Amino acid sequence: MTKDDFWQGVRGGFPIVVSASPFGALFGALAVDNGFSVFDAVFMSMTVYAGASQMVGIELFGNKVQPWLIVLSIFAVNFRHILYSASITRHIGHFTAVQKIFTFFLLVDPQYAETEKRAERGDPVTFAWYLGFAMIIYIPWQFMTFLGAFFGQMIGDPKAIGLDVLLPIYFMSLVLGFRKRDNWLPVVAVSSLASVAAMHFVGSPWHVSIGAMAGILLAACLPPPKQQPEPVTLENEA
Amino acid sequence: MDSTEHMHLILIILAAALATFLTRIGGYVMIMQMKRIPPRMEAALNAVPAAVLSTLVAPAFVYGGWDVAASMLVAFVVGLRFSSLWMLWAGWLVVMAVRHFAGL
Repeated sequence: MTKDDFWQGVRGGFPIVVSASPFGALFGALAVDNGFSVFDAVFMSMTVYAGASQMVGIELFGNKVQPWLIVLSIFAVNFRHILYSASITRHIGHFTAVQKIFTFFLLVDPQYAETEKRAERGDPVTFAWYLGFAMIIYIPWQFMTFLGAFFGQMIGDPKAIGLDVLLPIYFMSLVLGFRKRDNWLPVVAVSSLASVAAMHFVGSPWHVSIGAMAGILLAACLPPPKQQPEPVTLENEA
Repeated sequence: MDSTEHMHLILIILAAALATFLTRIGGYVMIMQMKRIPPRMEAALNAVPAAVLSTLVAPAFVYGGWDVAASMLVAFVVGLRFSSLWMLWAGWLVVMAVRHFAGL
């Protein structure tokens, strides 16, 4: 039963591996490009284990942004996980405390989506299933990071093979992924303009914090949406 | 990178890992305590990712050179319909083509 659940999880997670693998390799290659060693890149994938925020982290590190701002930005990009953990709490009441720690550590976007779907279907959310699904994502993520970093190290100039455009495009895809959120367009417009102006008048790395604060303050000042939003909505982010 | 700098990087990664874990367990802790976030704070928090990420996109577009800008523009159009992987492919193809033919 437990073993069956585990393998069911592994099979279920397989499509995720296929779509996430290029990003793992991309992270590894770009991490090396931003001054990481192969070890550092894999170490980050193993401990942080949150692709989009890892990309943000290496970009800021490469720009010599202050450490507190790097950590805060990673925290901010991962903030949506608070919604995920709040939402799956209903389904994992029967896990032990140690199992819960592993559960939350491994709670990436597809893991959350699949757990909710499974619970909605009425299938039992067992720890064995959860772990199987998680491992088939976690282990290849490390392996792809290693491959990307290893080969990235051999490529001298990332510009020569067009790697330098991939991070801004990837971040743009993340920004587009949030477009259903309240105040999305004004926030993006104000943060973009403020960061461009700050880059010009103040300089890097301050454009990140100045631009981000402008958009966040705007969102706090805009009138709140009339309708109370759903407590937890799954968005296709990262 | 010297060894002090490398130690800093390892510490940053560990702090990032802890911060990420806090977001992943935070909702559970909140539900257990049943506290509500004030609406304006929630609106501000909701805006954080798009706000931070925009600051990584817009300056690259404006100051990155016209080859990068062209590549990002095409990727944007692709991204309105297709997934991020296609955006990356499209943007990469454009920048490689532009650099090849313009001799950049």
